[in-house]
Amino acid sequence: MARSTLDAAPGHAAAQALPQRRRRTPVQIGAQVLGELLITVGVVLLLFVGWELWWTNIDSGIKQEHALEEFFSDVPPVTAAPVPSAPAEGTEPPAPEDFGEPAVLPQSDLVGTFAVVYIPRFGENYSRPVTAGVGTDVLDNLGLGHYPGTGAPGEVGNFALAGHRQTHGQVLDQIHTLVPGDRIYVQTRDGFYTYVFRNTEIVLPDRVDVIAPVPTQPDAEPVDRILTLTSCNPRFGAQERIIAYSVMESWRPVDAGPPPEIAEQVARAAGQG
Amino acid sequence: MYGWIFRTLPGPLWMRVILSVILVLTAVAVLMVFVFPWFSQFNPLTDSTIGSP
Repeated sequence: MARSTLDAAPGHAAAQALPQRRRRTPVQIGAQVLGELLITVGVVLLLFVGWELWWTNIDSGIKQEHALEEFFSDVPPVTAAPVPSAPAEGTEPPAPEDFGEPAVLPQSDLVGTFAVVYIPRFGENYSRPVTAGVGTDVLDNLGLGHYPGTGAPGEVGNFALAGHRQTHGQVLDQIHTLVPGDRIYVQTRDGFYTYVFRNTEIVLPDRVDVIAPVPTQPDAEPVDRILTLTSCNPRFGAQERIIAYSVMESWRPVDAGPPPEIAEQVARAAGQG
Repeated sequence: MYGWIFRTLPGPLWMRVILSVILVLTAVAVLMVFVFPWFSQFNPLTDSTIGSP
């Protein structure tokens, strides 16, 4: 490597032994090692950004697929039951049938992946598993997490979920695009719960009262069946939290089949489509 | 430092090039599989929960 300088002066070259490299002082060697280490740190940081913004989504997508598969292996296959003629695009869905009091999963059954959420506003194919817990082990791998101790789907009170807005599957990336009246569907082994989006709110991260049985009123007695989604705000930041509230409109037991509007999505998520 | 590593690797040039590539890929794999997921829990920018569960 140091040969080029020797080649330039062939007269000396014969006398000087070939491996005789230019001697460097310890300071020069130290400076070179330090420089190489700093460049390495820079490259590793770039790699981390790439991993966080790109790879975590792929990784989480694969793990959510597995979670969905597991969920549907336990749930009786729902054939798109008696579907009355599918509503034309853009029209309001027909008035939901009344199936009485919704079945509610007992708290002791809220373990592992116990539900699937469908939000047509986030895309035709949007179906995400819901897993108990909001630690990094759940949110970084499995999409939506259920706040322990909050209500079950369909229960009077608050069924509260958290999800990443960016990275790790970014399941709630589009949360700000919800429009009042949008439907959010939750499927459990008991059936389908239809929630209607009401409003969003942006709060500071310490506002735990948004997941109270009556959001923001911790002492009130719950009457409504609320679904609360929490995510970070702004996008690519976490100074605040964006909260989306929905209220339950209706439910369908599992034998009645999925709501006709999402029959296709359910079949697709279950791998039958 | 990297020059020293390259010179220390055994074999002819082509073998040292292949060995270097393997070393770099190993380093990247260790970072992505073990280091980054561990480090990620300290990253406050992706925190999406309310309070501190």
